[in-house]
Amino acid sequence: MGRIHLHADGTEYRHDHDHTHDVGDHSGYADTGTVRVDILENLLSENDRVAEANRSAFDGAGVRAVNLMSSPGAGKTALLKRTLRQLGASMRIGILEGDIATSLDADELDGEGASAIAVVNTSAGFGGECHLDAVMVRAGMTRISLADIELLIIENVGNLVCPAEFAVGEHARAMVYAVTEGEEKPLKYPVMFRAADVVVVNKIDLLPHLEFDLDKFLSNLKAVNPTAQVIQASARTGAGVDEWCSWLTG
Amino acid sequence: MHELSLCDAILGTTIERAHGRPVTQVTVRIGHLRQVVPDALEFGWEVVTESTDLKGCELVIEQVPAVVQCQECQDETTLDMPILACGGCGSFSVTLLTGEEFLIVSMQVAEA
Repeated sequence: MGRIHLHADGTEYRHDHDHTHDVGDHSGYADTGTVRVDILENLLSENDRVAEANRSAFDGAGVRAVNLMSSPGAGKTALLKRTLRQLGASMRIGILEGDIATSLDADELDGEGASAIAVVNTSAGFGGECHLDAVMVRAGMTRISLADIELLIIENVGNLVCPAEFAVGEHARAMVYAVTEGEEKPLKYPVMFRAADVVVVNKIDLLPHLEFDLDKFLSNLKAVNPTAQVIQASARTGAGVDEWCSWLTG
Repeated sequence: MHELSLCDAILGTTIERAHGRPVTQVTVRIGHLRQVVPDALEFGWEVVTESTDLKGCELVIEQVPAVVQCQECQDETTLDMPILACGGCGSFSVTLLTGEEFLIVSMQVAEA
């Protein structure tokens, strides 16, 4: 059973054992011929190393990479479809689709003007990963010729928690948020909202039909991420898509 | 939700640093803003170590509260909610002091 200790500095310690020990003193663990070895390495340092290598590959090919994140159904794919129609003729765009299973999103985008589309299904391992990590993106990159594109949009797995923790080598992070998701989500999912450079507030054409308080949402967003750019948009009507495209092309 | 991936990362680093020595315990330090669920991490650890030499190795999770310091009134606030605001004056001009930790701190290995 796990145990939780609350130390004087407020730090909680959980242990899988039953004996007690003095607060702040963990020397009791070294009593049976073991020695403590410091590691002091970030949990995600291996992922971050691969992400850095991915970014170097993008830079070397002159490709801007954008990590696109949202919850399922916020409108990432619909926004991408609009984006491809608007920019596809003047710019060579690659799409890397992350999904737990299926290539439905990629199929939806097929023929819309992308120069290259690759699908990375995250279900190859244990049960299906909830996010793309740097290694998965590296694998996906082998199926897209970086020399043939100028912009790579990495459509992450729909999820408001996990994708934010894993750098994949992107230059910027964009988040799509639908007004149907409610005003309080920035407070509930701060890691994701804090990670975003831009938040596209999507489906604003639905505002007349909802009780969504846009000002309240914006102030909640500001509480967790004061610097994020906000673009109000509708992938359905095309509102805000110009502004989004100009952010996207950097 | 990605606790299993995190456990994989912890396992990889531990094995690399252990150089074949038996490891009895690994300590990680995780800030509250990381949204890691300790029970899920412990379960994930059992799963990923099950078929390795580290089977039975204990995972110690140090959880670090999120603390901000106000740039206006200098007050320090320990956050109950992930809202980065001063508990004293309500200002959003705050500096995060702790809460984003994501560290493999140390391990206990058998003495050679």
